[in-house]
Formats: sequence, C-alpha cells, structure tokens
Amino acid sequence: MSYCRQEGKDRIIFATKEDHETPSSAELVADDPDDPYEEQGLILPNGDINWNCPCLGGMASGPCGEQFKSAFSCFHYSTEEIKGSDCVDQFRAMQECMQKYPDLYPQEDENEEKEKSSKDLEATPMEASAAKEEKGSS
Amino acid sequence: MPQSFFVFFSNKLYSLGNLLQRWNVPIKLQMSRQVASSGVPGGKGSSSGFVLIVGLSTLGAGVYVSRKVVHGKKLQYISPVKHLKLSNVSPAAPGARPEVPSHVPFLLIGGGTAAFAAARSIRARDPGARVLIVSEDPALPYMRPPLSKELWFSDDPNVTETLRFKQWNGKERSIYFQPPSFYVPVRDLPFVENGGVAVLCGKKVVHMDVRGNIVKLSDGTQISYDKCLIATGGSPRNLPAIERAGKDVQQRLTLFRKIEDFRSLEKISREVKSITIIGGGFLGSELACALGRRARTRGLEVIQLFPENGNMGKVLPEYLSNWTTEKVRREGVNVMPNAVVKSVSVSGNRLMIKLKDGRKVETDHIVAAVGLEPNVELAKSAGLEVDSDFGGFRVNAELQARSNIWVAGDAACFYDIKLGRRRVEHHDHAVVSGRLAGENMTGAAKPYWHQSMFWSDLGPNVGYEAIGLVDSSLPTVGVFAKATAKDTPKSATEQSGTGIRSESETEAEASEVHISPSFSPTPQVPKQGEDYGKGVIFYLRDKVVVGIVLWNIFNRMPIARKIIKDGEEHDDLNEVAKLFNIHED
Repeated sequence: MSYCRQEGKDRIIFATKEDHETPSSAELVADDPDDPYEEQGLILPNGDINWNCPCLGGMASGPCGEQFKSAFSCFHYSTEEIKGSDCVDQFRAMQECMQKYPDLYPQEDENEEKEKSSKDLEATPMEASAAKEEKGSS
Repeated sequence: MPQSFFVFFSNKLYSLGNLLQRWNVPIKLQMSRQVASSGVPGGKGSSSGFVLIVGLSTLGAGVYVSRKVVHGKKLQYISPVKHLKLSNVSPAAPGARPEVPSHVPFLLIGGGTAAFAAARSIRARDPGARVLIVSEDPALPYMRPPLSKELWFSDDPNVTETLRFKQWNGKERSIYFQPPSFYVPVRDLPFVENGGVAVLCGKKVVHMDVRGNIVKLSDGTQISYDKCLIATGGSPRNLPAIERAGKDVQQRLTLFRKIEDFRSLEKISREVKSITIIGGGFLGSELACALGRRARTRGLEVIQLFPENGNMGKVLPEYLSNWTTEKVRREGVNVMPNAVVKSVSVSGNRLMIKLKDGRKVETDHIVAAVGLEPNVELAKSAGLEVDSDFGGFRVNAELQARSNIWVAGDAACFYDIKLGRRRVEHHDHAVVSGRLAGENMTGAAKPYWHQSMFWSDLGPNVGYEAIGLVDSSLPTVGVFAKATAKDTPKSATEQSGTGIRSESETEAEASEVHISPSFSPTPQVPKQGEDYGKGVIFYLRDKVVVGIVLWNIFNRMPIARKIIKDGEEHDDLNEVAKLFNIHED
C-alpha cells in the first residue's frame, strides 16, 4: 500500500510499484506541432534545415561551417535518384576544409579504420533501428 | 532520408563515411546531462536525420576529441589567440593589420558559456558572421561544471594540466568548448573569407557607449559594434567576516570559480591537513564531496559549515536536505549545519574560525562558496537597468536590454513567460539563454521559452536533475518509490527488495549516465519504508507545478519539462508522478 505523510508544507508519498502501474489520470496538454517557440529539431516545419539545432554541434558554425552547410543543403534538396550524387563537389570541398583542422574534425588513420570496421558494421543495424524508433516517436 | 545520406557518404567519400560509422552508442545512452537539454557542445538527438547528425557531430562538434590527442602531440589549449599560428587562414593582407579590429558586427562581452553559445548560434544563422568575444579571463571559453565534479574524480595525474575528463560513455573530452584552431585570430576577423569567431583574452570592457555603439577596453582600445551581447557572468561573493580579517587570512582562502581556482585548490588539497568549505549549496556541497573522497585516502580533514539546517537547504525540502546531509557525511565530510561565521583569524600557522554560537573550528584553508555577485559594472556607463530583487541586468523576455544590446547567462535578470522574472545561475541556462540571445541578435525575436535544467551529484549515491523554480520555501510533494515488504533492515550489499536493489541499480545506471566512477555502495540501513532512494519532487505555486527535481532517476527530463510548460493545476500529484516511471531504471 502506498502511504503518505505531511511534514509542514511538504507532502511525502511512498508509492508502490503496483500503485504506479495503474494508468495515470493526469492530463497533459496536447502538443502543438506548429508551436513557433518549441525547440525545433533538425528540419523545420517548413522543410528548411535548422542550422542552430543543438544536434549539429559546431558543424555549421566552425571554420568549415559554410562548406558543411553547402554540402548538406545540396543533399537535402537533391532530387537525384541517388540522393546527393549531384553534390560531390560540395562534399569534396567540405572534406578538404576539414582536413585543414584535424583538431576539430578528427581524421581516422588506416589501421584504426580496419580495426573498427567490423565493430561498426555490427553497430549500423542498431543505429538504423534506433533511428527508426526515433523517427517513429517524433 | 538520413540513411540514404549515410550510405551515400560512405560510398562516395570513404574516410568521411567511416567517421560517420564511428558513432556506435545507442540512443538511450546518448543523453548526458551536460548535453541533454540544450546541446552545447554536443548533440541532442532530434527526430529526423538522427543517424546522420549524430555521426556528423563526431566530426567537428567538439564533443569527442580524437584519439589523436593521446597518440599525437599535446594540444596547448591555454594559449591566448594572439599566439595562434596563422597557417589556417588566408595569407596575410598587405601591410600591418591592426591587432584589434576597430569595428565588429557582433561583439560579445564575456568569454564564458553564454557567450560561446551565442557565438555558435550567430554563426549558424548568419552565414559568414564575424563574432568577437572579449574576455577578461586568459583562457578560451570553457565549461564550469567539471571544475567541481568530473575533474576531481579523474585518474589522470596530469588532469590539472590537461583539464580533460571522462564522459558517461567513457570518452574523454576537454573542458574547453573548442580547441584553439576553431577560433580565428583577432586581427584576421574582418578579413577571413567566411567570417568566424575570434576571442580577445585577458581584456576587460570598462566602458560602454550605448548610443554610439562603441565600447572601450581596459587598455584604451575602442571597438564599435552593430549588435552586442553582455555575458559578463558573476564573481564569487565573500563573507564580510573574512573580508574584515586581513591578508593573512585572505592568503588561505579560495573563492572558487575559475580554472586557476581548481588548480590551486587541487594543489592545496595535497599539502594541507584540513580544509573548511563555507557554504551549503551546490558548489559547496560538490566540492565537499570531491574533497571528502580525497580525505579518505590522504588523511585530509574536510569540514563543511553553513547556516542552513542541511545541505542544499534552500533547494530541497527539509526531509530531503537532512537525508542529503547524511550522505555528504558518508563521503567523509564533517558537516556542521546551523553554523554562522563570526570571525576568522590566524592562530599559529592555522586558521581559527569562530562561529556565532561559540563553536570554534581550526583549519588550514578555507573555500568560500557563498554565492555569486553578477558583474554589472557596465550598467553605469551604459545606462542599463540593474534589477533590485535578483541582481543582474534587467532584460525583457527576449533577453534584450536596449536596441542592439542583449544579456545572457548568470548576469541576466530576464522575464520567463511561464515562471516570471528570474535570474538563473546554472550551466544549462547559460547555454539556453546564450543560444537564444544569438538567435535574437540575428533577428529571431523569440522569448525565453525552453526551460533550462540543472543537475548535481553528491558522491556516487545521490544524483539529481532539476528544472524550473526549485525553491525549498515552496510547498512540495515528493513521490518516492516505496521499498517492498521484502526489505530487511540489513546492509545494502544484500540485494533484497526493490528499495535496496533500486539504490544499487540506480548507482549502476548513474555511473552509466554520468561519469561518476563506480564505487560499491556504502552499506546502509534504510529506515522502515523511508528510504528516499529515488523519486520525483514537485514544487508548487497555487497548485501549479513550477519546479521538479528528479531524484536519482534519469532520462526523464522531457516529461518534466512538459509538465512545467503546460502549467496546469493538478489535484493529485501521485497521478502526475506515475508519468515518470520511478520504479524503473
């Protein structure tokens, strides 16, 4: 049995697991998908890219920010069959820029790539399904 | 879309694609407190493009510094910008460039968390923006929380040099938001092709002409601006009793805030026999626990004294504050509540603290953690309003003080459209408000809306995250996971019953989610059903939840934020508590 106690203005409830397993009657306000103030994700409601998304970290603001924005925008709006295949120049420019700043954009060397490749292949299905979950819950 | 981008990348640009595949941490663990809410410097997973972005953020977000740092050369993070090599920038323009530009489009006064977040926001929204940060501190922008937390738990004997710490996922990073190569040299800022962020270190802005849009530095240099952010933060307060005490006492005092304070205190902790921390809030309690841990191994006496009845007395309701105090004691700290300092003097080679109730404390060094005084010196020359209730520059809901001037971080007293006028001294708020100021400086005109959060750890057994108005003077309702009847009042090493098990489970979870090193739980006997192992505490104002503390439960901040945002009246808070699944991990 859950029980509760009052200590002055503070109320203390000890809730059992069983108690909390019953559905909550608390009502939450429905989210407005067009809320202009709500923290926005990577893609804005109008389809534009939110360069200020925290998820991008420093990518859009660092020394290679312009190259990154150019490459990613190109990809985002690309209508080619292989999406982004018309953006190779932008990606190359981005990579060239990033190579100039190894502190900021760490480059892997060959040996480490080989070691990691088997681990990464295992990881990819997990990432893919995680990404699916995330999309589903948005 | 994201997966095809991912595949495209890895096919077309092999090495870059491989970088994307480096990220192999599942989503749930991706949120650490430092990045969960607002993302500087790392990444909060957004709903779409997740895999891509997460992968990309390993490239340059500054969240994870490459292994290269271990194998390769040591990076000098501390060198001021003017010593940076210019090799990354276009060749020097003919003639001598002035050391400091006479005009910048975006001027940020202060070089801390809020300024950095604003700089990033401006650069993201305004292509090619040129941003100048003017900082009194000699260091490049860095994050403060590790100075009283993670850095103390590091196994690295060089931690005071490197200032690197291990995150929850085992990866290391520096407290600096970005390495020096991220920034453009100050003299090149007006010329560099795509703009950038430059940091002028060790200079103070002493005068501000708001009508002329021009500031003056301590060395007489003048800089005009189009848009300006004041993010001057605050300075640690001192006790009047100590200020009166004289130089002998001041020499044995640390007012803890900056990197140099961490370095100096770390050294002192190895040299003296006794350290006393004055102050029972976040900083004081965290330092007490960090030093308490050293106490055990090094024979250091750690005392913590403060006027309240218990640790975090102004934040947590009394029963929880008392419980927390016991935990801090278990970390090896001699906690003395209800202690008001009357005078401090030097006696022999030691310090003598006299309390108002007659007690005396003999110690070797004092750390004062008694609050922060917002740095509002510029208000006078700028003609800006200072808030008399909360301190700080008074700004509106969009963080604006006047045309072209915004204020963010510890120094901003702003209007929160949900919770009213406030001033907040937490890391995440600095990030959120800095980012918002940057958005508004580039034309967004958005009010303060996204609630910032904060967190604290007091040793391996107590960790909490909080959001909103968390003031112990408000009525509270705390809902805790009850221990089952199977509990026996035996030591925690015997894992029977949800109460005890939940504690060690949360501990394992805790060391996964945040980087506390895993210690085995201290054996303890919970009182009959009254172990505040984990739960959620609601702070109420007229039946509306205005603040929430998540007590030893993690990854629930989104639901907490939602409840505060709704601002609804709730009759039964146990029903609201159900939304948090406190019995699960």
